[in-house]
Amino acid sequence: MNTEKHLIFKEKIPFSESNLSKAKEIIQQYPEEKSKSALIALLHLAQEERGWLSVGTMDYIADLLHIQPIEVYEVATFYTMFHLQPVGKHVMEVCRTGPCMLVGSDQIIQYLEHKLEIKVGETTQDGLFTLKTVECLGACGYGPMLQCKGQNHEFLNEEKIDHLIDSLTKSSLT
Amino acid sequence: MKNTMLLLDKAHIEGIESLEVYRKNGGYQALAKALKHFAPEEIVEEVKKSGLRGRGGAGFSTGLKWSFLAKPEGVPRYLVCNADESEPGTFKDRYLMEKIPHLLIEGMILSSYALGAAHSFIYIRGEYMWILNILQKAIQEAHAAGLLGKNILGSGYNLELTVAPGGGAYICGEETALLESLEGKRGNPRMKPPFPAVKGLWGCPTVVNNVETIAAVVPILLHGGDHYASIGIGKSTGTKLISACGNLVRPGVYEIEMGLSVEEFIYGDDYCRGIAKGKKLKACVPGGSSVPILPHYLVLETAKGEKRLMTYESLADGGFASGSMLGSGGFIVFDEDQCIVRNTWNFARFYAHESCGQCSPCREGTGWMEKVLNRLEHGLGNIRDIDLLADINKKIEGNTICPLGDAAAWPVAAAIRHFREEFEWHVTHKEESQKRNFGLAPVKAFV
Repeated sequence: MNTEKHLIFKEKIPFSESNLSKAKEIIQQYPEEKSKSALIALLHLAQEERGWLSVGTMDYIADLLHIQPIEVYEVATFYTMFHLQPVGKHVMEVCRTGPCMLVGSDQIIQYLEHKLEIKVGETTQDGLFTLKTVECLGACGYGPMLQCKGQNHEFLNEEKIDHLIDSLTKSSLT
Repeated sequence: MKNTMLLLDKAHIEGIESLEVYRKNGGYQALAKALKHFAPEEIVEEVKKSGLRGRGGAGFSTGLKWSFLAKPEGVPRYLVCNADESEPGTFKDRYLMEKIPHLLIEGMILSSYALGAAHSFIYIRGEYMWILNILQKAIQEAHAAGLLGKNILGSGYNLELTVAPGGGAYICGEETALLESLEGKRGNPRMKPPFPAVKGLWGCPTVVNNVETIAAVVPILLHGGDHYASIGIGKSTGTKLISACGNLVRPGVYEIEMGLSVEEFIYGDDYCRGIAKGKKLKACVPGGSSVPILPHYLVLETAKGEKRLMTYESLADGGFASGSMLGSGGFIVFDEDQCIVRNTWNFARFYAHESCGQCSPCREGTGWMEKVLNRLEHGLGNIRDIDLLADINKKIEGNTICPLGDAAAWPVAAAIRHFREEFEWHVTHKEESQKRNFGLAPVKAFV
């Protein structure tokens, strides 16, 4: 992932062919001249492909939508789901808001820090896991919970976390 | 008394997420009926008759909101569904969309027809990406069956429906911030007036409604507005989805008839079955994190000693002095071990994190409240901090473009109003307050 770092400010990083056709489909859903509306969806698409949003990626999207790069940056920096720095292969986003806290999210965060040997906001040395805390993910009745790669893991306890980390580690090795 | 369900009554049926099963169980009958027998304005009348109120939290009359929509010639009108559900404690729309997506799609087509929209949008929070896929699949099915697109069911009515994701921002649940976001911009709320009914999406007249509100249009059209209005009490008509969470035996999403008692909801066998682990009720936030917290003695009964009911009016009985709000239906329950100071700090941190930064009172004020509460919670507070909080509160409330400022201020004000001793205790018993580790199970050492 770090190979992209030297490309910052230099080259635009295009979508893969299949994502480009997906992007075009998304743009077509909006009236002509209103294609900027597709911006957030395209940022999601790019992040799914690249893991994070580099300046090169954002500049490419600006071209695609015929808008200024700044219009992309200001949106990418506003919304919390977008990573503007390289992240680990699996980003674990643990909900820390009230209802999850009532059922033990603090302990879950603590356990994850212990298990992954990193603090919230950091990435493991092998580049596999990034640990983040986020605000309410709408799973209040099923907490404590975390989201990883768009998938919810709910009613968390220590065993479930062990299992999740094991299976993600294994799947990354193969 | 049997609880009437109008939205989730079929949600448990296997395969109901598919068009085929949904139709077999009466799905799209309301649409067929409306397109055949109702003019658009008759649908608006029917919704007015039903007494349906916005289910996103504000509780404003839906029929009235619809009737405000400007209709200048030659200008497109839009319906936007607010599926940005981000209010802590609220997860009802998610349940509805996951389980029975075609109910929302049918509601969207009906409502779009009523409003004269030819292109409608569902704006869904980015963290619900898997639900976006469920909705998109449902839309494809509806398209293939002639329920969307050109000449729907031979009526001559055309509609396109687009699902758009957000990027993770609570503020986009505010309708004008949502519209900004849908235009591909930062979610900064707009100054009002003009209201979206006059200038909304891309400057065109727009109605923004919550998922549950739009879904409720289906049973209203199917059984008639009068039938819907006959359920519930007074101005709280119909049914409401309540997402219950916190320290409950059985948290989850329930559809209740308006007027169910709070006691029955918390302790009843058909609902939450009481407080988890045999503990006692300490407090309750009945309508999402933004509404005032109620101490246990005001949860089941109002200050006047009347039974507290799950209605807009009963939950608000007593005003902010001794009442709260039904809000979005995010019902958060606290057991006796929970620390109100810690929870208030947690919510303040949430609002400080989610303030869009446009208005100084909110941008700075939410940050200050978070800092002061953090200090109090961690045994570093001063007794004057409690009044300082109340002071910051007053300076945020009512001084911002959108209601996020109020939403941040109210929970803090209510927590101090009802639990002042607990705040004071954190100041006078600094060491003890840290050892007791309020709200947390004993901290394990993982070293």
